[in-house]
Amino acid sequence: MGRDLTCKELVELITGYLEGTIRARQRRRFESHLAACDGCTRYLAQMEATIRATGTLTEEQVPDEQKVVLLAAFRNWRTI
Amino acid sequence: MTLVDQLQPAMLRVARMYVSTTAVAEEVVQETWLGVLRGLQSFEGRSSLRTWIFRILTNIAKTRGQREGRSLPFASLAGDDLDAPAVDPSRFDSPEGSSRGGWSTLPDDWSGIPEDRLLGHETLDVINRAIATLPPMQAEVIRLRDALGWTSEEVRNALDLTETNQRVLLHRARAKVRGALERYLSSEAT
Repeated sequence: MGRDLTCKELVELITGYLEGTIRARQRRRFESHLAACDGCTRYLAQMEATIRATGTLTEEQVPDEQKVVLLAAFRNWRTI
Repeated sequence: MTLVDQLQPAMLRVARMYVSTTAVAEEVVQETWLGVLRGLQSFEGRSSLRTWIFRILTNIAKTRGQREGRSLPFASLAGDDLDAPAVDPSRFDSPEGSSRGGWSTLPDDWSGIPEDRLLGHETLDVINRAIATLPPMQAEVIRLRDALGWTSEEVRNALDLTETNQRVLLHRARAKVRGALERYLSSEAT
């Protein structure tokens, strides 16, 4: 089973954990640490909240001038 | 113009990574759309449409950048802090200490923060500002993944990154955005 993860190690594995790219054995160590650690449970929850909040960002509006230029280019292309 | 609305801002940012000015980046994006129209018939659907568009974009942008004599090492786009710790090491006890490398001060519990505060204008401003200070490739990876909801495979293909690079860039970016949120939310706390 190997030695337990420290909190410091866990926070570096979190993206691999959320991405589903860490190996099964590492995942088990991650989850058993989490089950016993309030600090890391909070850290994971903070990270999930961060991702959720970032998910509500929207892109800037594309300025009309850019669209006009594009539309002109598209129109030319079709008449070639 | 929906596809343009969706993709244009990110296309401009990505183009700008490789070329010297916003004006040149705009030309690259325009050229890309024309390339998309020309090549649409040969699009085989092996990747998503947006990934395919970004492949065309990065090819044109890189060629243009090289012609400008602007060849950028990966590190200048990705940042030189990829190995930096996600959390300030002083937040942990020493490995020999009583909690053997555990938290010396626990992270705050955010579960009591109301949604309208966590997702409010000011919080989103903090996130936007944090992303704006990231090295360009870190900023783009977190924007595409977390703000625009692209999959890791799409981002890897669009930005020509290995799986490891994509993950490390995302890891750094998220760690810094979380850190910015933590500073903001704790200063607002009482």
